[in-house]
Amino acid sequence: MMKIEAIIQPSRFESVKDALREIGIEGMTVTEVRGHGRQKGHTEVYRGREYTVDLLPKIKLEMVLPDGLVNRAVDTILKTAKTGKIGDGKIFLSRVEEAIRIRNEERGENAL
Amino acid sequence: MKCEGWKCSFSLLLVLGAILFTAIPLSAQQPPPSLAAPPTMMASLAAPETSKTVSEKLTQLDKDVKAAQSSADNAWMLVSAALVLMMTGPGLALFYGGLVRRKNTLAIMMQSFALMALITVMWALVGYSLCFGGDGHFIGSFEHAFLRGVGADPNPDYSGTIPQLTFMVYQLMFAIITPALITGATAERMKFSGTVLFLTLWFLVVYAPLAHMVWGKGGLLNASLGGKFPTLDFAGGTVVHISSGVSALVCALYLGKRTGYPKQPMPPHSLVLSFIGACLLWVGWFGFNAGSALASNSLASSAFVATHFGAAAAALSWSAAEWIKNGRASALGAISGAVAGLVAITPAAGFVGPMPALAIGIIAGAACYWMVTKVKALFGYDDALDAFGVHGAGGTIGALLTGVFAQQVINPIFGADKPVGGLDGHWSQVGNQLVGVVIAWGFALVGTLVLLKIVDLITGVRVPEEHEIEGLDITEHGEEAYNLES
Repeated sequence: MMKIEAIIQPSRFESVKDALREIGIEGMTVTEVRGHGRQKGHTEVYRGREYTVDLLPKIKLEMVLPDGLVNRAVDTILKTAKTGKIGDGKIFLSRVEEAIRIRNEERGENAL
Repeated sequence: MKCEGWKCSFSLLLVLGAILFTAIPLSAQQPPPSLAAPPTMMASLAAPETSKTVSEKLTQLDKDVKAAQSSADNAWMLVSAALVLMMTGPGLALFYGGLVRRKNTLAIMMQSFALMALITVMWALVGYSLCFGGDGHFIGSFEHAFLRGVGADPNPDYSGTIPQLTFMVYQLMFAIITPALITGATAERMKFSGTVLFLTLWFLVVYAPLAHMVWGKGGLLNASLGGKFPTLDFAGGTVVHISSGVSALVCALYLGKRTGYPKQPMPPHSLVLSFIGACLLWVGWFGFNAGSALASNSLASSAFVATHFGAAAAALSWSAAEWIKNGRASALGAISGAVAGLVAITPAAGFVGPMPALAIGIIAGAACYWMVTKVKALFGYDDALDAFGVHGAGGTIGALLTGVFAQQVINPIFGADKPVGGLDGHWSQVGNQLVGVVIAWGFALVGTLVLLKIVDLITGVRVPEEHEIEGLDITEHGEEAYNLES
């Protein structure tokens, strides 16, 4: 089992989610986050006072998948989340030891 | 439709009751003129002298006309009173509420709301009397304390056609919003206890004397009821805006900067709230300015138009200044400009025509933009929500420009054919305006400083730094504006 964490542009979220559903990914956890990588922020002006906003809004998708599905999921995210501009986000992969479904205590890939 | 017996008879009873209820008061409320009419007609049949009947008829007609005028004026003035209350809550509460950080939203709204209740009670006890009782130079009397003698009869000194009760409650709404404006400068760091005590004392010591001096009979600055320096202030440029704006500056200086200002960013937490608040202020201002005609007459129309034009012109000029400076026009800039224009047109509303109103708005919008962006940064005081930059500066500009643009054709306040302002060639009026402005500034400066010292000794004025960081909603009121997990 692998965990995919993808941090993407909020504007790409709907397309990424739909594309993932099409390849058969049923569960994901979505969080609205703020952060920055290499992308610069912007400035806001309120009654003449300037603020630099360097933490920008992003969407974080988290999903744990059976090994066989991981590559296809990564390709799908790459294809749908990419705009080619700085600030498109990142994908992180990590191995997951165990998964347990709380309702019936199923374990491993069955719990996904 | 199924109808159980007891229910049917019950609803029948209700209907009958309703008919009786409406019928009885109707007959009891027949206006006296219709009762009085038959005897007049009888008299005309009985008495042959036609001249007498004509004069009686004319007297009756005169009475009826007066009653009709009184009804019309009273309707407009009651609506105006409600509009001015709407300016404080929700208008100002939303405008200021959106400009603070989210942790201080309820605290600033609560200050406005507390004043709605507090000043109302103070007004009933002594406030109205101190503003509008007697004919002293500096302050009213206790003539109307506990609203003694304030009833259905008009007070001919101020408004001959509406019940004094209406005049009293209308003026009350001004006394509520004026101290509420000051909370814009003390925002995010002043104790609730200190705020309540300070603003109550401020109302008695600064507002009441100024209101009497400018609007009260015999007041030093009154323009139409025997003042020494006739200052034109139609709806409160000196009494409301200079007094609150200058006091706000003193408060900001006395309290000191918010922790972290100006290094830490403190952007408004919801400009949507501020936007709604500003629009409510704009609408409410029609009651504030056009209502200050104290009658539903052509002067009210003139003031309504001037108010609207002033606000629009100032919204444009602030936005234009911003566009030139930053390359963009912001929503906050547009609404701030509108409020600045409304402030500046307040003293002038009942004296100037539409074109001068546009001019006043354009000047005020650009000048207040310069005050809050340049002057504030230059001196480094933390007028958190720009109560001084908008009300103090806008009020001063408006009061002086009233002396320039006031015209006898709009409001012959000094008597028929007597020039009023600079446009009429009466340039010395600008000097009178300056006297009014200087007195209002001086009074607000000294009064506020003394009161802050006193309040500081009794309750303290500033919250501890930990409370300021945690936010006044939780530390002063024990609640949060946005409980996102509930």
